[in-house]
Amino acid sequence: MTSRPPNGIPVSIRSLRKSFGQQPVLKGLEFEIRSGEIFVLMGPSGSGKSVFLRHLIGLESPDSGEIRIGGELATSEGVGDRFRLAMVFQSGGLLNSLSVAENVGLMLSELRLKPPAEIDRIVADRLALVKLGPEVADKYPNELSGGMRKRVAIARALVADPQLILFDEPTSELDPLVALTIGREILNLNRRTGATTVVVTHDRDLAFGIADRIAFLLEGNIIALGSPAEIRAAQHPLIQEFLAADFQTPESAAMG
Amino acid sequence: MFQNLGEILMLLGATLGSLPRAWQDRRKIAEQLFDIGNASLFMACTLSLFIGGVLALQTGPLLAERGLGSSLGGLVALGLCKELAPVMMAVLIAGRIGSAMAAELGSMRVYQEIDALRTLNINPIRYLVVPRVIAISIALPCLVIFANLVGWLGGALVAGLNDRIGVSWSSYFGNLRQVVEVSDIANGLIKSFVFAIVIGVVSCHQGLTTIGGPRGIGRSVTKAVVNSIVLILVLDYVLTRLLLPLDKGWRF
Repeated sequence: MTSRPPNGIPVSIRSLRKSFGQQPVLKGLEFEIRSGEIFVLMGPSGSGKSVFLRHLIGLESPDSGEIRIGGELATSEGVGDRFRLAMVFQSGGLLNSLSVAENVGLMLSELRLKPPAEIDRIVADRLALVKLGPEVADKYPNELSGGMRKRVAIARALVADPQLILFDEPTSELDPLVALTIGREILNLNRRTGATTVVVTHDRDLAFGIADRIAFLLEGNIIALGSPAEIRAAQHPLIQEFLAADFQTPESAAMG
Repeated sequence: MFQNLGEILMLLGATLGSLPRAWQDRRKIAEQLFDIGNASLFMACTLSLFIGGVLALQTGPLLAERGLGSSLGGLVALGLCKELAPVMMAVLIAGRIGSAMAAELGSMRVYQEIDALRTLNINPIRYLVVPRVIAISIALPCLVIFANLVGWLGGALVAGLNDRIGVSWSSYFGNLRQVVEVSDIANGLIKSFVFAIVIGVVSCHQGLTTIGGPRGIGRSVTKAVVNSIVLILVLDYVLTRLLLPLDKGWRF
């Protein structure tokens, strides 16, 4: 692993189970996420990736099993105060009634953590980190492109100076070039901040491009976990099928 | 509705629990108040002008035929301030503001804005529900005061202009002053305050518990309005019964 600031925290998952009604979604997940690494959770749609991520940030409670963040139970009172956690949602989760600057500085202003002048400085700094200039600060989310909205969401997450940052499908709905830029941003931020980074995606290029380790989730079970090279070499037929999946018309197949 | 009553009461409790810190959110409350006033004042005045007029039109000729035309002002005024203004304004606000609240919060829920607030350690109840409930609780009683004044005026216009009634303004307002007591106005204002809390909490609850996409938002809006109106009408009876001892109060 490349050297990174020792800012991240480890996450430990033990026998994590979750069902919605009669439908089991997570079936006893058990693995570790190391401090400071980029851990990518891959899998087809509906395999339980986003549900797992919502457990990490405390938006869902497990039916059984436990998640420990920095050694503390994720469900314990005030874990979000003792550790700095942040999440970038698939849709961005930006508040449409607030401007970009208000969105990015929302936590600081709402919780009165900094004086207004300091908030303005931090907002400008975080926007610059994701390569957004001051001209977007007064715009509203509906005036931005999908890629810019994702970057603003990342800037907002960075305001907390997170030790654990979660990305839910960061490249969904983006064209390949913007997706590439977002992938690079995630990589750069991880190198610069050292925050433990968990990315949930079914984007193969992103996963293999940024991950230190990849876990492959299928129907609520981890069926493979290892370095990108180890996952590529995994013999599980579903992983091979997933990695090889390509859109081919009969004509293009015939042309080889 | 009733399976959610526990959740609604818990949301009410959490909202009341956050009230001591509401002063910090005075800007958000003022913005909500402005929105509610802007969206409702003209409609509230129009509605109450015609309610007052219809009340006078329905009862005026009957009273005039029996030589009781001079009692019309008190009758219209009492009907308005104790019953019609609070209930009709609450129904109007449930339809106009409650539905907007449910749609806004529902959309925020569907598009993960509320989850995002939670991950930023911002309590959505304090940030979203408290300013709305406080604003609606201030706005609805204020609208009822306007509705009373405009409704009385509507009654007076019909009483004066309709040939079958023929009650002068001075007679109408003289009787009104004689009959209506401060406690009658207070009665309507207390009702409207309770109705406002019901609309605010029920609508916010529906918004916060929205599931699904745009269809889910539509369902939440419908449920917010219908549940609010049902609760308003049920509580109207309960409150009327509870407020009966207020009836012997101060006169103007």
